[in-house]
Amino acid sequence: MTDSDFQSLPPTRRDFLRQLAAAGAAVTLAPYFLAPSFAEARETAAAGAMETALSPVPAGPEAVDVTLTINGAKQTLKLDPRVSLLDALRERLNLTGSKKGCDHGQCGACTVLVNGRRINSCLSLAVTHEGDEVITIEGLAQGNELHPVQSAFIKHDGFQCGYCTPGQICSAVACIAEGHTKHDDEIREWMSGNLCRCGAYPNIVAAINEAKGQPQPALKRQLSSVS
Amino acid sequence: MNPFTYSRATDGNAALSELAAANGQAKLLGGGTNLIDLMKMGVEQPKKLIDINRLAPLAKIEELPGGGLRLGALSRNSDVAEHPLVRERYPVLSQALLAGASPQLRNMATTGGNLLQRTRCYYFYDPAFPACNKRQPGSGCGALEGFNRIHAILGQSDQCIATHPSDMCVALAALEAVVRVQGPKGEREIPFGEFHTLPGEHLENDTVLGKDELITAVDLPAAPWVKHSHYLKVRDRASYTFALVSVAAVLEIDGGTIKQARIALGGVAHKPWRAKEAEQKLAGSRADEAAFRAAADAALAGAKGYKYNSFKIELARRAIVRALGTLAGTPRSA
Repeated sequence: MTDSDFQSLPPTRRDFLRQLAAAGAAVTLAPYFLAPSFAEARETAAAGAMETALSPVPAGPEAVDVTLTINGAKQTLKLDPRVSLLDALRERLNLTGSKKGCDHGQCGACTVLVNGRRINSCLSLAVTHEGDEVITIEGLAQGNELHPVQSAFIKHDGFQCGYCTPGQICSAVACIAEGHTKHDDEIREWMSGNLCRCGAYPNIVAAINEAKGQPQPALKRQLSSVS
Repeated sequence: MNPFTYSRATDGNAALSELAAANGQAKLLGGGTNLIDLMKMGVEQPKKLIDINRLAPLAKIEELPGGGLRLGALSRNSDVAEHPLVRERYPVLSQALLAGASPQLRNMATTGGNLLQRTRCYYFYDPAFPACNKRQPGSGCGALEGFNRIHAILGQSDQCIATHPSDMCVALAALEAVVRVQGPKGEREIPFGEFHTLPGEHLENDTVLGKDELITAVDLPAAPWVKHSHYLKVRDRASYTFALVSVAAVLEIDGGTIKQARIALGGVAHKPWRAKEAEQKLAGSRADEAAFRAAADAALAGAKGYKYNSFKIELARRAIVRALGTLAGTPRSA
């Protein structure tokens, strides 16, 4: 996907907030606009600085080529080997659904599926994923139809601020596929790698209980070779 | 994170040559769950990372002739924990693995990497603290007079009171596993109890693994009696945190009498701590609470606490009694 593809998409909340930031208004307005989503506000506040510092990411002398499939689309990147899979997704591919919480493998906000298994993308170097198939929160819905776990999170109000939610949902999809959802205690134990500072845990357990009984759609494997 | 060069190893010998050529400046990359984190913290600063994740032969879990099991160095924690033969023959190992980390981390973390994980001592993990003999030899020990709640009570020195953080390794100590290692001079086998070191002269090394050596596998010896085993982990919350104290216990009981026992403790020492004095007390005793208490006392006889961790001594005693009681199926007094 090219930059122009992104620009042709309808404006998102993120675009809107970026424009605010560019206008210098974010600092004063963000707290009022964003009461329900302070985490997004924090990200946006940092976005201006990050864009200057990180975009485009300069490939250093030790840059490494890596080709991997992300949400069904083949991607070839040239990366400094220090770049985590999470940063490659967010900063290079504009897949900002996966969140950076702790960046130390302690919170689970960065959880994605690699070859069908859930991992912490913050502790994984992107260049180690040559040939891998990565599914992020953006790859779970089929067109406009949400994944059953996504629908269940909405129905059961499985979040408040929403910052941990993409990681919770990716983790829950894997948890159901693994069969670790026999009862509430098992769900809690096998979801313990995903922290929720808002404390939406009871509703997350309810959402997983609902979704586990539904047919789980096959995730996008190597559907297309868009490059 | 410091800049480094990266290479993807496609065969084991090439990886070993690269490692030797780097003269101690390279690190092998497996799951990365600890190494990458330490690099982000600036504690580890390798000049080169050799990615060994594509060395497929090292990822195997295979049965050994005679009933043992070989865990390839790159077998993932989640795969080992769920393996039918591990669950059947070495339940203490499966339990220990599932008590550690989170499902995401267990999907990444490898058997070899687990053996090599570094201590979670705050003074080691954060270079903002100036004193750590392990990170900066000769700089002192910040934990000795600092916040030492998670620190060692057995086998420590006044140079270092760090603990080894692994759950898996506590089970491997009790199972008398063997670490298989490949280096420029060929292959060697290291008994598990000799693999990790106590704080001595070279605090920067936690194990006897050479800088030019690669762990290829961990062998679990055949021993039908170790099927009767249990892992108890005591921690600050129900899941996803390191042990304050943990116990891997193996018991063979015949007609109410203990024939043999193995006990290893986690969270209490610089290495997985094998409590051989306790095992000797148990051998030949009745499998009852009095014997378990005597064994626990023997295990902790040499323990020494610090300002914030003295509670671990009694906690470890009680954890041993409880783990043995659970295994023996004996009632427990309050």
